[in-house]
Amino acid sequence: MTHYFDTLIIGSGLAGLRAAGEAVKKGSVAVLTKLYPTRSHSGAAQGGIGAALGNEEPDSPEWHFYDTVKGGDFLGDQDAIEVMCEDAIRTIVELEHLGVPFSRTPEGKIAQRRFGGHTRDFGAAPVRRACYSADRTGHAILYALYEQCGHERVDFFPEFQALDIVMDGNRCLGALAVNIRTGEIHAFNAKATLVASGGYGRVFKTTSNAIASTGDCLGIAFNKGVPLEDMEFFQFHPTGLYGLGILITEGARGEGGMLINGKGERFMERYAPTIKDLAPRDMISRAIMTEIREGRGIGGRDYVHLDITGVDKKILNERLPEISAFCKIYMGIDPSEKPIPVLPTAHYAMGGIPTDIDGRVSRDETGEVVKGLYAAGECACVSAHGANRLGCNSLLDTVVFGRRAGMAMGEFIGSVGKSEIKRDAVDAVKENIEAVINSKGKEKAGEVRAEFQKLMMDKCSVFRNEKDLTTLIQELSSFKERLKDISIKDKGSAFNTELLEVIELGHLIALGEVIAASALQRKESRGAHAREDYPKRDDENWLKHTFAFKTDRGVEFKYKPVVVTRFKPEDRKY
Amino acid sequence: MEQYILKIKRFDPEKDRKPRWEKFRIEMEFTDRVLDGFIKIKDAIDGSLTFRRSCAHGICGSCAVKINGKSGLACQTIIKDVPPGEIVIEPLPAFPVIKDLVVDIEPFFGKNREAMPYLINNEPPPELERLQSPEEQEKILQSITCIMCGCCASSCPSYWADKEYMGPSALLKAYRFIMDSRDRALEERMNSIAKPHGLWRCHSIYNCVEVCPKEIDITSHIAKLKRLAVKKKLSGFFKG
Ligand SMILES: Cc1cc2nc3c(=O)[nH]c(=O)nc-3n(C[C@H](O)[C@H](O)[C@H](O)COP(=O)(O)OP(=O)(O)OC[C@H]3O[C@@H](n4cnc5c(N)ncnc54)[C@H](O)[C@@H]3O)c2cc1C
Ligand code: SF4
Ligand code: SF4
Ligand code: FES
Repeated sequence: MTHYFDTLIIGSGLAGLRAAGEAVKKGSVAVLTKLYPTRSHSGAAQGGIGAALGNEEPDSPEWHFYDTVKGGDFLGDQDAIEVMCEDAIRTIVELEHLGVPFSRTPEGKIAQRRFGGHTRDFGAAPVRRACYSADRTGHAILYALYEQCGHERVDFFPEFQALDIVMDGNRCLGALAVNIRTGEIHAFNAKATLVASGGYGRVFKTTSNAIASTGDCLGIAFNKGVPLEDMEFFQFHPTGLYGLGILITEGARGEGGMLINGKGERFMERYAPTIKDLAPRDMISRAIMTEIREGRGIGGRDYVHLDITGVDKKILNERLPEISAFCKIYMGIDPSEKPIPVLPTAHYAMGGIPTDIDGRVSRDETGEVVKGLYAAGECACVSAHGANRLGCNSLLDTVVFGRRAGMAMGEFIGSVGKSEIKRDAVDAVKENIEAVINSKGKEKAGEVRAEFQKLMMDKCSVFRNEKDLTTLIQELSSFKERLKDISIKDKGSAFNTELLEVIELGHLIALGEVIAASALQRKESRGAHAREDYPKRDDENWLKHTFAFKTDRGVEFKYKPVVVTRFKPEDRKY
Repeated sequence: MEQYILKIKRFDPEKDRKPRWEKFRIEMEFTDRVLDGFIKIKDAIDGSLTFRRSCAHGICGSCAVKINGKSGLACQTIIKDVPPGEIVIEPLPAFPVIKDLVVDIEPFFGKNREAMPYLINNEPPPELERLQSPEEQEKILQSITCIMCGCCASSCPSYWADKEYMGPSALLKAYRFIMDSRDRALEERMNSIAKPHGLWRCHSIYNCVEVCPKEIDITSHIAKLKRLAVKKKLSGFFKG
């Protein structure tokens, strides 16, 4: 089946929906999403969305700007960060007017809480900047945006999975997607196409990300010659439930929780004397792993405790009900009485498809634009988060840059004619599917995936070094071979999730390779990228973004300077 | 690791004329979720087993199925909490089956739209947020936690009997906006639900409450709407 739209949006998380709400003011909009829109992983965001409203204590966008630059270890582009922090207040007010049920102060204003790395007076002390709806902030915003879009004539195609983005030279023509329910391939012609397909935490064994967070569209874009920026920077959130990776929001520490090691020490006092348990995530994850390596895990084992037993029960009930329920359901622990076993969990991709501040995708390190192709949200790299994202800045990023991409597309569609996807693009996708269905190989997708995820976790997570990364890259090439040798049992058309999982695995492995290669070539430690063999930040050689390209010779790199406008790189101490 | 038997009701629209039962023997940890069992089967025994899933921790609403006769989330049901022996898994009742455990939830989402699920307030917006006291917000706190999983509707006798009944979650959605102090469309919304296939179809049987994974007291929310409708004289002749 063939469709024609002015704007096509792939993904219905916060970024995609906010863009849709904007683009629909200028033309027809299709949103295709492999899940039902409300099931996007934005709905899992717990802790908050940042804005210097100053509702609970004095705050300013400038402090927010500084914190974000410093939190990102000075790799973030300061023009983008300034846009995000300056636009934050307007953004939150707009969301509130749309109906988002933010938690309230006694005077009825939007309540705010502390979050890691957010401070007043350029690092003096933690500040209340995260606006929240209990610990269901993402859910509250996702529903408000979805319901508003439904009201505004956006055409949704739920359970449609994008399989390819179609290019004609340097112009994007739209995308091909499978209707999961029937197996039919649909061609979506569009003047402007936005990739808003979210994160790819499923590259790693332990993650807070959804099973659907497989980075399909990054894999597709990379195949089409689009570079991927800063892929070595993947954030591990310090507090995943031990053994499961389910997230316990930083808000738990914002409300007074603390991390405790096997000796009963509040060890963050040693690593970040000023803001302690509210230091940025990269630092805390390293601190936890160091405690464990040096034998100070709980009972000498491989986890530490998050202790929120000191937090007032009323606050737990009102502001952290969801994580309290997770602890009870999945760990059998009442967190008001017992500490929670936690370990870092793969959480957020700072890297992604390079864009300018209006979502236009760059085809190279000079910022040359791919016509008609846009990206926003976690799959994109603007870069507002540099080498390490601060908590509550991602939801903000999705809404701020989703809106800007929506506006830019709304303008762009007036300047180009209809696009027409050719038959052979559709045939190519069908052939790929046939190849998987007809494969007689001996491998099982589940086994290959589990081994791959474990390998990435062992060799490329919180700490990295040349030896591990080199082995990893060698081993990954065998995974690409094994991928071709996977066969599946389900040969049908309807709801063939077995087939789709193989396609997703292909993208995961491709992204794993880019992450590993990017990590190997960056010979310094910065933000979430911690090299044991290069433990220091090296501004002289590495104050630049990595651009990874797919070539016949494998992954190759070019570099783009960091935009530094306001804050010169300085020592990152908390 | 313990041995468990998952007895799963299966249906492949391209092969089966009728649903069939299949038993899978798998090793599970005490702490595993039922969803982990599905994934183990799909990865190691039968890749064609089809089910929805995404978040794996009770947030997205994808994985609702019938477990030992009761609707619930596969990712929120822990093995240690189900009685030993066979675990019987079926697709959510009251929805047409597409394949194995996947049901057609489009009509369910469609019914939500009848409730006008978006804030309506045409007064000029203030420069900053609209104020709402914590007490005012308290009224809608439970109702905003719904994840649209469909467990409630699948367990509601009125939903089974009347294909056009809006159902518990759509009524809950109406409640969420009617009781929101910032909303200004009370009359329209009440009219949209105080109709034969709306509010009055609920007979307060509480089945929905028993299965809601978010522990929302849906029935009492609907009861409040009924009282409001009576007060507004929207009852009586609509009853059916
Ligand atoms: C547990 C958790 C808690 C978090 N808490 C916070 C927080 O408190 N504050 C904060 O700022 N950030 C938080 N984050 C980060 C933040 O939630 C995410 O970065 C953000 O929501 C991503 O939004 P998105 O719109 O980019 O993508 P998503 O919401 O992930 O949406 C991706 C969309 O793309 C679709 N899609 C993907 N692939 C395809 C395909 N091939 N075809 C069609 N559709 C496709 C999916 O169906 C989905 O609709 C949290 C993240 C996690 C995992
Ligand atoms: S209380 Fe109403 S909505 Fe709930 S199950 Fe009974 S009839 Fe259905
Ligand atoms: S009310 Fe409860 S059971 Fe019904 S859809 Fe919402 S979360 Fe699911
Ligand atoms: S997988 Fe999301 S609710 Fe179960």
